[in-house]
Amino acid sequence: MFQEKRPEKLIDLNGLRLDGRKLDQLRQIKLEVGVLDKADGSAYVEQGKNRILVAVYGPREAHPKHIALPDRAVVRCRYHMAPFSTEERKSPAPSRREMELSKVMREALEPAVLSENYPRTTIDIFVEVLQSDGGSRCAAINGASLALADAGIPMKSLVSACAVGKIEGQIALDLSDLEDKYGEADMPIALMPSFSKITLVQMDGSLTLEEFAKAVDMAVEICKQIHEMQKTALKGEYLLIKEEVEGKEGSEGAGE
Amino acid sequence: MSSTPQRSPMARIEQRSVVDMISHGKRIDGRSFTDYRDLKIEVGIIEKANGSAQVFLGKTKVMVGVKVETGDPFPDTPNEGILTVNAELVPLASPSFEPGPPDENSIELARVVDRGVRESKAIDLEQLCVEPGKKVFVVFVDIYVLDHDGNLIDASAVASLAALLNARMSNYEIKGGEVIYKPGYRPLPIKNRPITVTLAKIGNSLVVDPCLEEEQVMSARLTAAIDESGKVCAMQKGGLEGLTIEELKAAVQIASKKSNEIREKISEAAR
Amino acid sequence: MELHVEKRQLVAPGEIVAEGAYYAGENVYKENDRIFALRLGLLEVVGNRVHVVPIKGCYIPYIGDPVIGRIVDIGMSGWSVDINAPYPALLPASETFGHRQPFQKADLTKIFDVGDLVLAKVIAFDRTRDPLITVKGPELGKATSGRIVKISPTKIPRLIGRKGSMISTLKKQTGCQIMVGQNGIVLISGKSPEGERAAVSAIYMIEREAHTKGLTDRIQEMIRKELGGEQFVSGKAP
Repeated sequence: MFQEKRPEKLIDLNGLRLDGRKLDQLRQIKLEVGVLDKADGSAYVEQGKNRILVAVYGPREAHPKHIALPDRAVVRCRYHMAPFSTEERKSPAPSRREMELSKVMREALEPAVLSENYPRTTIDIFVEVLQSDGGSRCAAINGASLALADAGIPMKSLVSACAVGKIEGQIALDLSDLEDKYGEADMPIALMPSFSKITLVQMDGSLTLEEFAKAVDMAVEICKQIHEMQKTALKGEYLLIKEEVEGKEGSEGAGE
Repeated sequence: MSSTPQRSPMARIEQRSVVDMISHGKRIDGRSFTDYRDLKIEVGIIEKANGSAQVFLGKTKVMVGVKVETGDPFPDTPNEGILTVNAELVPLASPSFEPGPPDENSIELARVVDRGVRESKAIDLEQLCVEPGKKVFVVFVDIYVLDHDGNLIDASAVASLAALLNARMSNYEIKGGEVIYKPGYRPLPIKNRPITVTLAKIGNSLVVDPCLEEEQVMSARLTAAIDESGKVCAMQKGGLEGLTIEELKAAVQIASKKSNEIREKISEAAR
Repeated sequence: MELHVEKRQLVAPGEIVAEGAYYAGENVYKENDRIFALRLGLLEVVGNRVHVVPIKGCYIPYIGDPVIGRIVDIGMSGWSVDINAPYPALLPASETFGHRQPFQKADLTKIFDVGDLVLAKVIAFDRTRDPLITVKGPELGKATSGRIVKISPTKIPRLIGRKGSMISTLKKQTGCQIMVGQNGIVLISGKSPEGERAAVSAIYMIEREAHTKGLTDRIQEMIRKELGGEQFVSGKAP
């Protein structure tokens, strides 16, 4: 793989970015639910070049027993990158970045999960980043929400996430890997759209207070759009089955 | 893998009294919602380190040592020196710290402090280049938490900045790609002084600089790093609950205001 | 007072389903006068009570539930049983027939050994301890033959049908004995392998299409096709 060079410009004369997007445009997102057989719930996310698989096991018996909490489920989250997921091979051992991302991901999803319903159990969320391209933690959170819902785990709300940043002085949505590297700021945000409550926010770079406020508002709007995509993905398979067996008009229940 | 943390060792009535007082506008130690605890900063206490600082924030104690050594640059930044921040939550600091490799809390602590320093470009890394592509200076910032009574992030960030300002490296010149040390010392090339401010959400209120009891009842935590020009350069939300959009914006506003106070204190101490 | 979603519509977690003077039933919750779904499933409204029938979910034991489990361990005074729940079940030796205490482990092995399948009933369960099951009762005890099918426990009511209508249809048409555990495990035992296969196909089809209309008819049609028009009468091969 050749060593990448710093691109001359991140935004061209027409206001388009390296991949042809406008500043306020999301990369194409593909969401699939129920892709794994053995997991209780699962999802697959593609966003830009990100390829992320999420599996949920649980609620299940806590192993070892002493980690269990008496009045609620322990939520465990593992964000892990495959060695072939990045430009340079990444060692399979968990890096500091993966440990931090595991923590912030768990904290992004915990507020939505009704863990009080399942004392003395664990709810395990496993994320494997098969290919990484900037904004993977947001894509992973979007996938994990779907996997949790697919597993039938009661949730107050889905969690929807996206990142807003600044490139060449302008606020831009959903930074790619290159844009994150050579841009001026990156801020991933996760939201429970049903209540407009923010469950994850991190930021690195440089933003004035006004830019920050503007970026937050933009991110919240986009998270709501992503929320609609998540709902569609969740219901999709079941609506297809309904259409397939009931016919397009849906027969009025002749003999249930 | 990250797991929901174990219950805090506080009885429910203790937790309730902290929360109730806050809903009546009071904190258990009598501070206002936007007050920091007493902040004491001592620098230069470890002679063998290039720079050092010890911070007392209320009863929280953190020590930071800075070491400057030479090393290879990263391949994609051949002209820049290297900054690396590490944190240890040593077992003597708290009944809840266990010996072993860094856990997610010490990693998060180090990375958040690192972001504040790095993104504000506090250290001019290009001035730490010895020979492009071959040799650079590496600045090691090691955070040692000695006594945990809450808000380790701010205490560590204050100590880190103070230690960096205090740090001295030998004068040197470069002859034939080698570093030749000369008599005398020079400070590190510090161009910005980022300050991190942490707030805890308890009930519907935001309080600055949570003490340990407040951390154990808080529903969420927001840390913002503000540089000298008032720009936000790092942010990290923590905790098991969410923040409303208004709370997030309000927290960052408060952080911005408080950062100047703390910056003054550090500059005085590190003089 | 309004319903935001029509009856029997698919709803996702966090979706608002009703507002006003409605009561929150299962798998929904009420906050500030609004009712939200907690799980992916079909919205049901009974009078002014709203609930969601979930598509998927784990099995939570209820007292009185018939369950089918697998012995995983033998302890001092009973067996540990996997009943497909987040909590292992305990089958005390005192809940079996015709043996006196005190028990030796060797005695227990003779009754049920690790790997055995048992048909049992839940007799106790609460948030502070693991479920207790019994095999004292008619049609309970070790299962000696048959095929096991595992489906989502949320589909069991549909498999049983209103007043047992669906499961009776299945038993009659396939000529199999079918024991249904509330924990999503089904034991099929028939005189012919074709009958058993048809029953298995039918059960998976019910799991897949439980949320649709006209299912009973389609199941009957499917079994008729698979068994080539042969009719079984109470388990006797043609």
